This record gives sequence, C-alpha cells and structure tokens, in this order.
Amino acid sequence: MIRLKRSLTIGLWFMFLALPLMVVRVNTLNHEIEWRWSNMIWVGVCAFAVAWMRQFALARRSARPAPAVNPAQRRSLMQRLADDAPLSRRLLIAISVLAIVFPWAVSTGQNFYHVNVMVSALIFVVLGLGLNITVGLAGLLDLGYIAFFAVGAYTYALLSKNFDLGFWTCLPLGGVIGMLFGVVLGFPILRLRGDYLAIVTLGFGSITKIVLENWDTLFGGAAGIAGIPRPELFGLVLDGREKAVYSYYIVLALVALTVFVTSRLKNSRIGRAWMALREDEIASVAMGVDMARTKLSAYALGAFWAGLVGVVFAAHNNFINPDSFTFMDSAMILAMVVLGGMGSIVGVIIAALTLKLLPEYLRAFADYRMLIFGALMVLMMIFRPQGLISDMRRKYEYGRRRRDGDGEER
Amino acid sequence: MTAAAKLLEVSGLTMDFGGLRAVDDASLTICAGEIVALIGPNGAGKTTFFNCVTGIYAPTAGDIVMHPPGAAPSRINGMKPNRITALGMARTFQNIRLFPAMTVLENVMIGRHCRTRTSIVDAIVSSRRALREERETVDKSYRLLQRVGLADVADEFSRNLPYGAQRRLEIARALATDPFLLLLDEPAAGMNPQETRELDELIVRIRAEDRLAIPLIEHDMKLVMNISDRIYVMEYGKEIAQGTPREIKENPRVIEAYLGEETHA
Repeated sequence: MIRLKRSLTIGLWFMFLALPLMVVRVNTLNHEIEWRWSNMIWVGVCAFAVAWMRQFALARRSARPAPAVNPAQRRSLMQRLADDAPLSRRLLIAISVLAIVFPWAVSTGQNFYHVNVMVSALIFVVLGLGLNITVGLAGLLDLGYIAFFAVGAYTYALLSKNFDLGFWTCLPLGGVIGMLFGVVLGFPILRLRGDYLAIVTLGFGSITKIVLENWDTLFGGAAGIAGIPRPELFGLVLDGREKAVYSYYIVLALVALTVFVTSRLKNSRIGRAWMALREDEIASVAMGVDMARTKLSAYALGAFWAGLVGVVFAAHNNFINPDSFTFMDSAMILAMVVLGGMGSIVGVIIAALTLKLLPEYLRAFADYRMLIFGALMVLMMIFRPQGLISDMRRKYEYGRRRRDGDGEER
Repeated sequence: MTAAAKLLEVSGLTMDFGGLRAVDDASLTICAGEIVALIGPNGAGKTTFFNCVTGIYAPTAGDIVMHPPGAAPSRINGMKPNRITALGMARTFQNIRLFPAMTVLENVMIGRHCRTRTSIVDAIVSSRRALREERETVDKSYRLLQRVGLADVADEFSRNLPYGAQRRLEIARALATDPFLLLLDEPAAGMNPQETRELDELIVRIRAEDRLAIPLIEHDMKLVMNISDRIYVMEYGKEIAQGTPREIKENPRVIEAYLGEETHA
C-alpha cells in the first residue's frame, strides 16, 4: 500500500514538473496557448510505472540475503581484465584493428559523414585524456580547459596564414605553446584549491574567448579564420574522402600516443606524486613531493595535449571561430572525465565517445539533448559517483622470492 | 649515548597566529639515537612546534638547525617542507593523513619520491633509470611494509585498513624517505592497550635498527615513560620542564600543569 502511495506521489510530482514543458505550448502565430492535457496523463502514467517498478526492485533487493563476499574484496570487471594480461592484450589488438579498419568500412566514395563524426569524437577523446591528467590524476579542477584547445587551433591558423608554416611543423608548436599557456596559468594558482581554483580557471577560459572575439586584427574576431590548410601528405592530392580518412588516422595516432604517455606517466614516480597531491596536499609535501613542480607539470601536460589536438581541429575543419571554444565545451570535457571515472583512461575514452557520438546519431531528439544529458549526469552522480570505471588498484611485482620466503611471518 | 652528535637544535622558537602566541621561546636539542618525548596538556603548542620544525609553518622567530650526519648543518626556518624532508627529517600526523585512494604499497612508494630522480621524459620512454628506480622503490617499500607488519595487505586501499594499521603505515611511509630524524605526532592516539604495546616495541625496534633519533608527541604516559630517554614538557606555548622520565615524574610544575593548580581546601 505504501508503495502504491509513494509511486502515486511521484507520478503526480512528475506531472507537475512536466507541466510547462509537455503541456503548455504557446502558438506564436495565432497568439494562442495550447493545452495538451493528454501529454500530462502520459507523463503521469509513465512516471508512476517507473516509480512502481523501482520500488518493486528495491523491495526485492532488500529481501535477498546479502552477498557473502566482502565488498572490499569484490573485484570489478575492469580489475579482473587488468589482472588478466593475455585477455586484455587480445582485446587491445582487436580494438586497434577495428579502429584502423573503421574509416574504410563506413565510408563510400562520396559519403564520409561517419568518418568526420568520428574525427571530432576522437578529438574530444584526446581532450578528455589531457584534462584527465590535470583533473583526474592531479585533482586540479580546470573549468577553462578549452582555452588551451583554442590556443593550439589559433596557433596553427595564424602560423599557416602569416608564415606559411605547414601542418607538421605546427603540430608540435601548438602543443608547446599550449603547454606554455598551461605554465603561465599554473603559476598564479599554485596556492589555490577547490572553489577558488574553479573560479580562476573559469575566468581564464572566458578571457581567452573574449580576446579571440574582440581582437579583430589578429584573430579575425567573431568571424574567425577561414581557409586553414588541411594536413599535407608528401604533396599528394587527396579527394574529400581521403582527406577525412587522413585526418582520422592523425587523430587516432594522437589518441594512441596520449593513451601511451598517460598510462606510462600514471604508473610512474610522477603519476604517483600527482595522485598523492590529489589525495592530501600537506601529507604529500611532508613526504618530500615538490608541490610547485608537480602541479605545474600536471597543468603543462594537460595543456600540451589540448594544444596539440587544437592544431588537428583547425586543420580538419578548415575554419575556426571563437564559438568552438565556449564554456559549454569546457564543461563537456570535464563531464567526460567525471563520468568516465577520475583518472581512469579507459573510462574517459568511453565517456568521451558516448558524449560526442550519441548526440550526433540522435539528431532526431536534438531538442531534448540537453535534457537527456542533464538527466544522465544526475543519475550518474546518484548511482555511480565514482564514474563508469574506477576502483582500479595497481599491483606491483615485489620480489617473489622474498614474498614466498616470508609467507608464514604473519 | 653520552657525547652523541647533535642532530637537531631548536632555540628560541616562537610562533604567533595573529595575536595568539602558540609557541613561546621554546628550545630543544635532539642527539643521535635518542627518543625524546614532547608532552603537555591539550593546546600547549606541541603540534605547532612540530609543524614549525617540519616547515608546514614558518616560525615567527627562533632558529631551527639540522645537523645531517656527514654534512654541513643547515638552518631550516621557513624552508619548504619537501626540502626539509629531503634533508632527512620525516614525520607522521596526529590526525592520520594517508592517501586513501592509493594502495598501501603506493603510499609507502610516495615516501621514496624525494630519493628518486625519474623525470617525465624518463617515465615516458621507460628509460633504464626509470626501470631501475621503480624496481628499487617497490622492493624497498615492500620491505618497509614487512617491517611494520603490513606486507600481506600491500595491494589494499589504505582507506580500508583498520586504525592501528593506518598509524603503522604512516610510520612506514615516513621511513621510506630515509630520515635520520623521525617525528611522531601522537602515534598511539586512538589505539587500544594491545596496539599501544606493539607500537612501543615497533618504535624501539626502529630506533635500534635504523639508528634514528625519534622526537615524539604523546599523551599516553605509560608509553612515554617506557621508551623516552628525555622528556620536554610544554604548557601554554612555553617550555616548563625537561629531563629524564624519572625527573619529570617528580617535577612539581609538571604535576601542577597536568592536575591543575592546587586550590587549598
């Protein structure tokens, strides 16, 4: 009975919440207001059904005896995968083969839409992985990350336009200049933490966009810069499809490089220092970790990837303007890191692909995109605040002989 | 232990927080191989004293001089904590400060940070130095875990450890920095008598094995009287007494500080 009552309340509540969205529609042509009451009934019925099912599931779960396994010892799927080296290696090979074949499989002579979509998704994968270093590993919240991406994109656009530099020269330059900006931003905020850090980085992101928009003579203002050359391949002439596929492989290589570098760093002295700083600043400093140097390196490396992939972005799109570098994009990248699981490389990749590809293929629901996105975030934070993939613990090989020899000590 | 070399010399240390003088003209000397206890009622300024010595706070006045064995002495006032740790002074915290989302072994490995040199480039290309240091770090950390009896939970998250084990892990992590001075801030706080006894043995064993000098803050008088060579007593930021455990036990000022002033009935 109580379940029925609760579900009913939830149904009514949702009917009330959905009132302005689903029921009232203003017809601006006839200056009328339409009242679609039938929608309201549907909302009520659906909310009631979902609530009832949830109550039912909860009741069943509490009725079931608690699992005998100690939750501390329960291993996640990812943990099991990580412990099984041959399996994870095979999986990695399968994924790489799939990624390499992908552009040829989904594109035909004229239609390479899917390849282009994938290129922009992979660009965000690199961005997510870069921000993962700053936010996920080192725990430094950055709400203006897209600014470094803009730095990279404009570096290439301006250098190619004014100095005729090629893509491959600009690629590392974009990364290095992004990194310089990372250090420049990093210095003043070394002492800040939490909310204050968030506000300063937010400000930095906004400043970058405003400067780009208003400095017409240098950055082309709101109109942006057009006619940015595509990446060149030994002077070969490529058609549209081949250009897209070429861009795809460039970003794919960047993704692979980012994954490689991040995972190497993560499991090294440097990565551990980042994590220690994230966990407890005072303790890590007292244990001999140089805070300034460690924080700056995290900022610089995060910004480096953004700058690098910014160059690819500019080259792939032929055109950039400040609208590609809004706060929404920063928030999106941050959402990828949080949804994927702070510090988890696989998690961030999955989250980035999901967040970029889903809206692209669900164009039919474009109106509800932000609604679904918001709901997803809320649900995620309630049911899985640690992100898609987490709880990974790295095991180290400590001299087996010693371990065996002292097995009986305790 | 007579004529032993001085390792740490603190003189006239004063620390103000705004108008509040938390530590007032405190002095302390620690010689090689000594266990020196710093005791006093709550709020006497003991932890502030430790924080000044380890560089968490920059003291208002006074001198703190470290004498690393076989190296020139250096004045460490206001030096950054990580530099002081690199010089050879490690510490634990009164309210445990581990890295909860890292494994027990990784916690100890952080202690090796200042004794290893692997750079970002080394780590990325997995250079020979990086591999060698990594192996040494793991082995050394694991051995330290064995010494404090935590080897079988090396791959567990440190937040999952019971309280007493967390305290021991903090000691192992501090030892990983190769210190010659180990500052323990209330190592027995919150421990039951059994755990306290084990800790007592652990501290004495560490001193014997590593020839460390151990300054410690502690409220457990039994532990203090058992293991300390000398005791300093603080009250309201001032040092009111020092001496051997026996002297301290009989010192009327100390008794007064602990039991409150005598009100003649």
